[in-house]
Amino acid sequence: MTRKDPSGGLIISPIRNGTVIDHITAGEALNVLRILGITGSTRECLSIATNVRSKRMGRKDVVKIENRELRTEEVDRIALLAPQAKINIIRDYRVVEKKGVEIPEILKGVVRCPNPGCITNTNEPVESTFEVLPKGLHCLYCDWLVKDDIANHII
Amino acid sequence: MYHIISIRDFERSDLDYLLDRAGEFDTGKYRPQALDDKLVALLFFEPSTRTRMSFATAMARLGGRSIGVDSVEASSIVKGETLADTIRVVSSYVDAIVLRHPKEGAARLASEFASVPVINAGDGAGQHPSQTLLDLYTIRQSMPIDGTDVGLLGDLRYGRTAHSLALALSLYGVTLHTIAPGGLEMPANITLELRERGMEVIEHANVEEAIRELDVLYVTRIQRERFPDSASYYNVASSYRITPDLFAGVRDHLMILHPLPRAGEIDPAVDQTPYARYFEQARNGVPVRMALLHEVMK
Repeated sequence: MTRKDPSGGLIISPIRNGTVIDHITAGEALNVLRILGITGSTRECLSIATNVRSKRMGRKDVVKIENRELRTEEVDRIALLAPQAKINIIRDYRVVEKKGVEIPEILKGVVRCPNPGCITNTNEPVESTFEVLPKGLHCLYCDWLVKDDIANHII
Repeated sequence: MYHIISIRDFERSDLDYLLDRAGEFDTGKYRPQALDDKLVALLFFEPSTRTRMSFATAMARLGGRSIGVDSVEASSIVKGETLADTIRVVSSYVDAIVLRHPKEGAARLASEFASVPVINAGDGAGQHPSQTLLDLYTIRQSMPIDGTDVGLLGDLRYGRTAHSLALALSLYGVTLHTIAPGGLEMPANITLELRERGMEVIEHANVEEAIRELDVLYVTRIQRERFPDSASYYNVASSYRITPDLFAGVRDHLMILHPLPRAGEIDPAVDQTPYARYFEQARNGVPVRMALLHEVMK
């Protein structure tokens, strides 16, 4: 899947169908995969490049997922970790859709509330719901504020 | 449908309206049988004396009736039923639900599944809006709330009444003075939120330093279970004890409030001073809850 570029850079081969997530914050590629539920046991064919040189970002990560087009709610999740990420949907080697990621105003079922006393951490039939504020994520059930380490709370 | 879930949901005008209504109920300006065809469910999944009884009293004074659950053990929750299902079912029996529950956010969840109004009577370490309203009502009986200096003393970390009250007071241009033992200070995110709401928050090392600047001193219980052993509890608790000798040089109209039950934070000798207003505060639970019940079921 990867080969050494004659000029010294590392290149990932193009994919025929699927999604390319470009401009991921350097070092976050594996967290992005975790958010997408892609683990060692899933069947997707993956290419991951981390700390790739980028004119715009200095360093960036890139993920290519074959035969899977990301849904909007999945893109929302990525925005939490990699707000500058660009999503390219590929069909027959061509980019048919290119979109940025946007952090939504409300996150439903994306982040687990770190408050053990929160009603969303019980067997109740509700999804965690957070309002996205400049200072962090605010749980609309228990008012807890998640400021740091958001990646570890992503469901 | 009108739910009473969190003090955060209220604007200043909403609070003033409810306090005015409570004043009318307090002075007998209401139809005694105003809720005579109404039934309220008091679902208390945590212990309560004052809150439960004052809601029941308020309902009875308005001619309505109440039914309820007093503990988790006496409910289908022990059989594994979710709160959501309990609320759906109880909604079909009654005209409103008053809920106390150990989990934070339980009342918000209940409001999503209920087909009748829900009043939050305390959800874990979260919100307790009817307590906050009766606290405001008690202050307003003696002085305008605007511009006062209010001290919060005790467990400001876990004390839900302190958080709710501080948020409400931020709508009234109050200066907040916090006095808490080490480790039980107001959580930084709440202090930040209060300051973002424009409130001046002053932290004090001890009550002696603050008391002469205050119009209201709101004392909360220091919970024994927060300390590793009895000795460290008594050490802290004794340094936060209100005794009559602290009142030298205080403002004449100083009010000492406490949501009760107290566990030694206020010397019984204080009860005899003109500053003690906590029993009056507890009594005010009835007109305030009459106003809330009437508002959601009228």
